[in-house]
Amino acid sequence: MAEGQPRVGLFVTCLVDLMRPSVGFAAVKLLEQAGCTVEVPQAQTCCGQPAYNSGDRADTRALAEQTIQAFKGFDYVVAPSGSCAGMIREHYPTLFEDDPQMQAAAEDLAGRTYELVSFLTDVRGMTTVDSRFEGKVTYHDSCAGLRELGVQDQPRKLLGSIPGVELTEMVEHDVCCGFGGAFCVKYPDISNKIVTAKTDNIMASGAGTLLAGDLGCLMNMAGKLQRRGAEVEVRHVAEVLADMTDQPAIGEAASGGSD
Amino acid sequence: MSSSKQQILAAVRRSLRREQPDEATRAELEQRLGAPHANLVPQRAQVSHAEQLDMMESMLKELSATVVRLDSEAQVPQAVADYLKNENLPPQVRMAPRDDLRQLPWDGQPLLEIAEGIAAAEDATSVTGAFAGIAETGTLMMASGPEAPVTLNFLPENHVVVLRASQVTGTYEEAWVRLRQEVGPGKMPRAVNMITGPSRTGDIEQTILLGAHGPRRLHVLLVDDRDTAAG
Amino acid sequence: MQSTSHAFKDNARAALANQTLQKAMKHVKSGFIDKRAKARARLPEFDALRDEARDIKNHTLANLDFYLERYEEKVTASGGEVHWTATAEDAVKAVLDICRRVDAKVVTKGKSMISEEIALNQAMEDAGLDVVETDLGEYIIQLRKEPPSHIIAPAVHLTKEQVEADFRHHHQELPSERQLSEPVQLVAEARQMLRRRFLEADVGITGANFLVAETGTSIIVTNEGNGDLTQTLPRVHIVVASLEKVVPNLEDATTILRVLARSATGQEFSSYTTLSTGPRRPEDLDGPEEYHVILLDNGRSNMLGGDFQDMLRCIRCGACMNHCPVYHAVGGHAYGWVYPGPMGSVLTPNLIGVDEAGHLPNASTFCGRCEAVCPMRIPLPKMMRHWREREFERHLSPPAVRIGLGLWAFLARRPKLYHFVTGWQARLLARFGRARGRFDALPLARGWTKHRDFPAPEGKTFQQLWAERQESQAKGKSAS
Repeated sequence: MAEGQPRVGLFVTCLVDLMRPSVGFAAVKLLEQAGCTVEVPQAQTCCGQPAYNSGDRADTRALAEQTIQAFKGFDYVVAPSGSCAGMIREHYPTLFEDDPQMQAAAEDLAGRTYELVSFLTDVRGMTTVDSRFEGKVTYHDSCAGLRELGVQDQPRKLLGSIPGVELTEMVEHDVCCGFGGAFCVKYPDISNKIVTAKTDNIMASGAGTLLAGDLGCLMNMAGKLQRRGAEVEVRHVAEVLADMTDQPAIGEAASGGSD
Repeated sequence: MSSSKQQILAAVRRSLRREQPDEATRAELEQRLGAPHANLVPQRAQVSHAEQLDMMESMLKELSATVVRLDSEAQVPQAVADYLKNENLPPQVRMAPRDDLRQLPWDGQPLLEIAEGIAAAEDATSVTGAFAGIAETGTLMMASGPEAPVTLNFLPENHVVVLRASQVTGTYEEAWVRLRQEVGPGKMPRAVNMITGPSRTGDIEQTILLGAHGPRRLHVLLVDDRDTAAG
Repeated sequence: MQSTSHAFKDNARAALANQTLQKAMKHVKSGFIDKRAKARARLPEFDALRDEARDIKNHTLANLDFYLERYEEKVTASGGEVHWTATAEDAVKAVLDICRRVDAKVVTKGKSMISEEIALNQAMEDAGLDVVETDLGEYIIQLRKEPPSHIIAPAVHLTKEQVEADFRHHHQELPSERQLSEPVQLVAEARQMLRRRFLEADVGITGANFLVAETGTSIIVTNEGNGDLTQTLPRVHIVVASLEKVVPNLEDATTILRVLARSATGQEFSSYTTLSTGPRRPEDLDGPEEYHVILLDNGRSNMLGGDFQDMLRCIRCGACMNHCPVYHAVGGHAYGWVYPGPMGSVLTPNLIGVDEAGHLPNASTFCGRCEAVCPMRIPLPKMMRHWREREFERHLSPPAVRIGLGLWAFLARRPKLYHFVTGWQARLLARFGRARGRFDALPLARGWTKHRDFPAPEGKTFQQLWAERQESQAKGKSAS
């Protein structure tokens, strides 16, 4: 382990862990390129947001305590998700208003926690990435990253440093995709209406690839694009930035797979 | 005192978890009512008076009002007659009953019929003064009174306002200061109408249209009175 | 009005299937969002003014009793009368008593959400009064016997074709061959029809955007001029306003006014901002002879000092619903009561109970756009979450959700077991989904797969792969 390198604990996020580990490895690669030492605590599961947004405060607190414990001692905690990073940064401290000791621990963790791309640019000063990617991409601003953490220019800046990438903005790129965690299964028809409008905009942009920084939103948009038969590949932005696009895009079969 | 009043105030205090505000708070609250001060005021209109006049004019035009600048009050009757003629309106106006308007040289416009008083349903055009013009948003401030009936501001389809340059301020706050000087602190005219452009609606498919219920046209005669005001 | 908030899901489904509504709702996006953004960009101090506006309301709410009493003193001193009313019924009764005493027949109304909240029109009609809404949008929905679907654009759910049909149906006295297909013709016809009603009204009723404690003034903000004709021409002006409308002084009202119109319609300032203080003065030539303020609590004092106090800062600009993807999708009527959109999702359960309105705070993606545009910086998602917590505590959330959540939380709190189960889950799903890369149907995920495919996972979890990588690196090291 190199001396003086910041020690980063990777908060994998439950969706990346289960659905798309390659995003986690892309994050590790980018963090290492940014001069960090990356570790992955095993005692992590989920940030607790599903419980939090369902009104289940007790389980939220339990999961927050578990996460706080798991990430003690790291210089930084980085998640390839604005939503999970936002949960830790913005909401953990509000969970322990009756427990000063836990609140201090939550605030301490909040102060060290970042969304991946903004961490690379804002904390590590990364301005370019070494990646080969060819084609027109469009970027969806996921809500929590955008509005809780101010992630907007950072991914566009790094994408702009890849010579083959042509960024074409969709209209309403900063409007919700309709995922909303449990919302999309509790109110499927409304969610469908919103993601239909979103995928209209994606398809109208003319981009061949849709990128975003949150796997939940990406799965929602990918699933709708595929259901509509659209020829748009969907990837987490970290995959492109880390030059790790060998994996099939989200929801696509490995080459040789049949439809 | 009504029992509902007691009941509501008691509920408010219960929620605030206190009885009356303490002495120090009370003093601070009295201060806020007795000697109000401006909060953050945008820079936009904190400019020279000449620039405020230009801003007043450009903001009004942006609002679909029309503006004519006059060098002296004496030009007002001619400007009113010209306006009516250009807009194909009958040469009749309902004028606010105030001396400064009355004293203008109306006899130079023999075809123009002038009636004074409140607006009637059939009046097409009113001519009024103003209390202030607020350059920040091109807002006219009308203070009601015997010389300024409120109906003149709303009932006719066409509203002609004689606004003197000396009445134009940069911000609303300056206008409040002037108003308090005029009517006394803590007091108000019965109605203060802040008019920002003609009547409009967007209630049908968000299409913005003028003349919903109030005046369809707002015409401002901005009179340079600065020399006479100084004298 | 009778709430249908409990049937939000059904309401929403019907709204989504209603093509005319969907066509009309497109105007919400085009009509409001860009205009607000431009107005904000034009005023560099806009966000700082929002901070001040928030602070002014917080200060006022913390001293609400003081300011209300001072407000009343000033109203009384100017010759007006304040009627304190605790409930909607009390407020309705106060209005009816005044109307009866002055022997009113025709009552004109300016647009007022509070009068919708207390169902004033119905009560007045039941009492035999001829009630006329004079805001164009309100007039249209009154003809249709519908509630407003938006707090500043009550008829935003309608197309011009629908309005034309309503006018032809209700304005039978006008020639049937008249042109009425364009908004400009519709507006002119409404102007013509309502003009007579303004002049014959005995009582005019308006709401209030602000009550000013310094001077005993009520302020209304409008664009059409109907509010001014409503309150100037009749013998009696009645203002109906809830407690939290009070602000300390004119400067405080001014600060909030600077953010109100910009947030609502994107105007720099609304056409008419009108400050009324008491009845006609002896020397005045026009104006009402009586001036009454119905000061209504209806649950506000309860919200004070609790989880929902911040909601009392709301100035009813509509920016939250203008920017809400859920509101765009289903429109205002689906929410089932007076206040739609994000502000309604917080306020409605406070006013009619969370048992009735429990869906509303759940029907949000928490995208946060409402809070981002709220001129008063009201943390709307946070307060919707407060409602969800109360529903969870009271076991009001659906059993399937509770069981699923409980099972998931049980696992998520036990990392070793969790990683074992997710490892197995990933492998299983990957095996079945590998060929196609995704599923178009999955048991237990019908809500998802009804409308979209579900991607197959890659095969192993990150934790498994990371452990393998650590192991092979350790082997590599020990081998060297």
